[in-house]
Amino acid sequence: MSVKLMIRAGLALLLATSGLPASARAYPTDPLGSPMWQAHARTLFGDDPVRFDPRVRVAFPAIAENQRVFPVAVDARGIGGVVRIILFADLNPIPVAIDYRPQAAEPYLATRIKLDQRTPVRAAVQLADGQWLVSGRWIDAAGGGCSAPPVSRVKGDWAQHLGEMRGEAWPTGPGASRLRVTFRHPMDTGLVDNIPTYHLEALTVKSGGGRVLGSMEIWASVAEDPAITLLPKAGAGEPLRIEARDTNGRDYRAAVTVAKQSAPAR
Amino acid sequence: MRIDRRTLLGGFAACFALPAIAAPPDYRIDPVAVADGIWMIHGADAPIEPGNGGAIANIAIIDTPAGTVLCDSGPSLRYGRALRMVAEKLTGKPVARVYVTHLHPDHGMGIAAFDPAIVAALPGTIDDMRRDGRGFSDAMYRMLNDWMRGTELVLPGQPIISDVEDFGGRRLRLIALSGHSAADLALVDERTGLLVGGDLLFHDRAPSTPTADLSAWRASLDRLAALDHKATIPGHGPFDPSGREAIAQTRDWLDWLEATLTEAVRSGLDMVEAGDLPIPDRFATMAAARYELQRSVSHLYPGIEARLLPRIDEPAD
Repeated sequence: MSVKLMIRAGLALLLATSGLPASARAYPTDPLGSPMWQAHARTLFGDDPVRFDPRVRVAFPAIAENQRVFPVAVDARGIGGVVRIILFADLNPIPVAIDYRPQAAEPYLATRIKLDQRTPVRAAVQLADGQWLVSGRWIDAAGGGCSAPPVSRVKGDWAQHLGEMRGEAWPTGPGASRLRVTFRHPMDTGLVDNIPTYHLEALTVKSGGGRVLGSMEIWASVAEDPAITLLPKAGAGEPLRIEARDTNGRDYRAAVTVAKQSAPAR
Repeated sequence: MRIDRRTLLGGFAACFALPAIAAPPDYRIDPVAVADGIWMIHGADAPIEPGNGGAIANIAIIDTPAGTVLCDSGPSLRYGRALRMVAEKLTGKPVARVYVTHLHPDHGMGIAAFDPAIVAALPGTIDDMRRDGRGFSDAMYRMLNDWMRGTELVLPGQPIISDVEDFGGRRLRLIALSGHSAADLALVDERTGLLVGGDLLFHDRAPSTPTADLSAWRASLDRLAALDHKATIPGHGPFDPSGREAIAQTRDWLDWLEATLTEAVRSGLDMVEAGDLPIPDRFATMAAARYELQRSVSHLYPGIEARLLPRIDEPAD
């Protein structure tokens, strides 16, 4: 790129960022200084009020040992009235990983995502009154989490295992449980080797009677072979149903009964 | 703020000029005599990071009648060159042999400074390096930048097929093991009984598991424990004059790690929580313990989940 072109591109960028429509909402200044904060805030939050709040706990390891499988846990149990949790990484080509509505579940979500480069990893939780509380941190990562082929594509065995689900549910207190579900799924991002986007896109947890306890939309930035941990309000011995669907329309169904006895450490 | 062409150009120039301002960093290489004609260079007991230039692995220098023998070569061309100078000055003899104990780049990328014909490794290690070396090299350049300058991926030219090598009367026993990786070399100097354990042995530094097979690793520790060796140079951490402590500590950590992660999966923890589990007080002397626990969670947890969590899916319609 010539210097002239670089200047032109730079000026265009300045214009683009300073020439926002007058009606655009002013979002709080990002403590992480992310170049994508304003853009993501506009897309995700629109005109809803937004503030940064450390009570939204976003926990992840100190290093991204594997940029294809980076564990993240979002815990908003310290906040009342949470209706929605969005997990996203600013600089991923597919920023949002999960958009979760804990209808009858504690506002907690743990999963694993891909990281395409050093990026803020954040959670935004929405309260019943519409306002969003946001928290997160930067994590350094080697490139390619979203743009390297999934292991099962390289091995070539993804189709033999597609649809395998594992899981278990443990009681954590009266009417409360911890559910873990894993899937075998390549979670293709569409950014690799002409392999089209193919990923789980929806998951619902229901009570035995069919009541929705939690539901989420899922994007391809969730790691291959997704693993999801939720805290549905279901007591010991109660049956849970898990229903999911991928972008090819394949349905996934599983049943788990909350164990009678628990051994959870927390 | 007014942005004009000059400010922009100045900004670009500053960006490009920055790397050139930094002086090339130097490694401090301090060999310590640990046995008759053997020195150990104690790597930083820390993760690979810019502050240490990746010089975290221990290295042994052995003075033999046939020349200087090195066990492992450090992370980079710059390290390998400095190592050769230090070692040859110490012994007064040129380097005749460089052993690479296993595939990991903190041990093997320094061979770029040597003639591949004198670099020996187990055949499995050479295969591993052929397969993974490029990826390791990319990761090292990303983490260490200028420290790595000029370092090319070089493969050892000499596959180890015998179990002893004689250097003008100083005999080194070569033991082919595995577990930390698919091929781990341990080495015993027959004259002094000193064992160079490679990364099968960690001492006061938490073991790392990116390519580990824990049961094979334990079997290898059994083999090492049964040797009649005296002292031990571990792959990471301080010299072990007892020859037993590093073996026991490594086994203790691996046993604890596997039991802890297994129990974590059984009790419903996710990876983040497993990586935050308390580390017992008896490992308080181990450097990088939390760091390695979180890495091990990344390496091992999905496999344990796949083994222990029951299938719950119903047949698709």
